[in-house]
Amino acid sequence: MIEHFPPGLLLVIIGLLLPFVSVLWKRVLLLAGPMLVLLLVWTLPLGTSSSVMFLEYQLAPLEITVLGRLFATVFALMAFAGALYALNQAKTLELSAAMIYAGSAIGVALCGDLFSMFVFWEVMTLGSTLVLWAAGTDSAWKASFRYLMVHLFGGVVLMVGIVAHVYASGSIEFGPIGLSHWSGYLILAGFLVNAGAPPFSAWIADAYPEASPSGSVFLSAFTTKTAVFTLMICFAGTTALIYIGLYMVFYGIIYALLENDMRRILAYSIVNQVGFMITAIGIGSELALNGAAAHAFAHIIYKGLLLMAAGSVLYQTGKRKCSDLGGLFQSMPLTTLYGTIGALAISSVPFTSGFVTKSLETAAAAHERLAWVWFLLLAASAGVFLHAGIKFPWFVFFQKDSGLRPADPPATMRWAMALFSALCIGIGLVPQLFYQILPYPVSYQPYTLSHLVTQFQLLLFAGAAFFVLLPMMKRTLTISLDFDWFYRRLFPSVVERGSVAFVHWDQRLRQSCVALVYRMLDFLALHLPEARLSRTRLTSSMVMWVAVILTGYLTLSFV
Amino acid sequence: MTDQSTKSSSQLHWLYRPENRPKLWRGLWLVLALSLLPELFMHHHGNLESQGVTLDSSPGFYGWYGLIACALMVIVAKGLGFLLKRKDSYYHD
Repeated sequence: MIEHFPPGLLLVIIGLLLPFVSVLWKRVLLLAGPMLVLLLVWTLPLGTSSSVMFLEYQLAPLEITVLGRLFATVFALMAFAGALYALNQAKTLELSAAMIYAGSAIGVALCGDLFSMFVFWEVMTLGSTLVLWAAGTDSAWKASFRYLMVHLFGGVVLMVGIVAHVYASGSIEFGPIGLSHWSGYLILAGFLVNAGAPPFSAWIADAYPEASPSGSVFLSAFTTKTAVFTLMICFAGTTALIYIGLYMVFYGIIYALLENDMRRILAYSIVNQVGFMITAIGIGSELALNGAAAHAFAHIIYKGLLLMAAGSVLYQTGKRKCSDLGGLFQSMPLTTLYGTIGALAISSVPFTSGFVTKSLETAAAAHERLAWVWFLLLAASAGVFLHAGIKFPWFVFFQKDSGLRPADPPATMRWAMALFSALCIGIGLVPQLFYQILPYPVSYQPYTLSHLVTQFQLLLFAGAAFFVLLPMMKRTLTISLDFDWFYRRLFPSVVERGSVAFVHWDQRLRQSCVALVYRMLDFLALHLPEARLSRTRLTSSMVMWVAVILTGYLTLSFV
Repeated sequence: MTDQSTKSSSQLHWLYRPENRPKLWRGLWLVLALSLLPELFMHHHGNLESQGVTLDSSPGFYGWYGLIACALMVIVAKGLGFLLKRKDSYYHD
């Protein structure tokens, strides 16, 4: 029985149970659930698969592959650390939604057919929207609606693509699809909406920073990375993804450089990081796919850690703008330490997880003789240090002294950060152990003297550029316009102005119709059969009037 | 910088004392110089030699490339900022 039960469903069930159990049981379920899933994922042998008949299709809600196991592992780790971080301060609604969200993401990672994938995919949308709602603020409420609209749109596109694909190919297998049939483009577009690809990149920076401190930690992990997973399964080696990924890489850097809200900086940085992965998926070699998978794994951990640090600052100070923060290292030493470890890891500083994972992707670009991609990825690696590696810790924990002296956050939040910090460094120190769980065999050696020296040079000079150009990066109380301007400003204003104009013209049209009716009535009053101008007259009266006229003539002729 | 002027220098954290600023800058230059030191006695194996590109194995490449790439990104961001930046209450009005 147990080998046919999708482990992700366990977290979904826990999520549904949470509102009905005592506080103690809630804690037990939240922490034991993800661990149990982890245990299941690693005890079920590779290739395990279950099948359920649905109409005339044979569904496979559970199928364990090496790649799926890797993603399910990091999703379960994230659910555990996120639950630990949120344990004492998050609302039950948020925790329930987060478990459903995490469980359905694990479901996507461990399923074998397109229908099951789509069902888990849509449950993720609902779970993540509820995580946002749970923040309870007006701005979160509005942002969650925009978030839901974007994802329901993406879901519809995906569904149409899947139906057309199944109709054309007769197969519901969740495997390589490619772009040979037009349905492939729709499926690709549906996945890319969730990945934050252009033009739908803005939803990440719009929605995630509005969640609660722990909510944004959960949100950062699952949606974009399941999209990376599905793209790896269905569209590995699709060249267009190289261009899309590179666009996302630089989009993320530029927008993060312009941003003032610390959690928005990190949200733009998600687009940047996912861009690296999508570029690697576009390259499509075994080395590149290993790189994308490893980078996704490492990224979930260090981005979760960075958002936990940002969440701790928000939780303790109630402030989220860089222009209000600074100098916090004096009273939040642990948060500063953990945040800095996350920042070093995202920047691929040697001996962290970023160094041993992202370098697989750049090495793949060189290996596939894509020199221009290699140069752009190298520039972007320097840019990551600039916009996330230094900018985030510098403006939040250092820069000017804001005078704020908040303490470090409560113990459970610190433990979660400590756990993820340890993983960031652990993966960086023993990469060969980590490489063993990647989908393809790895012969890559990250720790060569030349790689260490060149990486330090790249990052140190990028850091120097940051401090030299600091006057150009003065924080301003601004946001930056993005594609969401079209659906938040242009469309509403077009609809509003259009409706005002319509009411006006409608009024004039109806007024002129009424005037026309009145004129016709006047006309008829004269011309109806009995009206004055069209009345028939008696012959006798005509004879009488002729007699009168003739009498008149006769009378006048005598004058 | 606002409330630092009201405190005496000794109450400030070491990092924020004005007299320490030049030391911090000197430290940065020193670290940069140290990072370039290995260039004197090691040659980097190029990643792109199979394509006839040898730029990345030239001495000091990673240093200047990182510096210039970051400077460009900051300048481009600054330029786009004039076009894209709005008050942060833009969507709430």
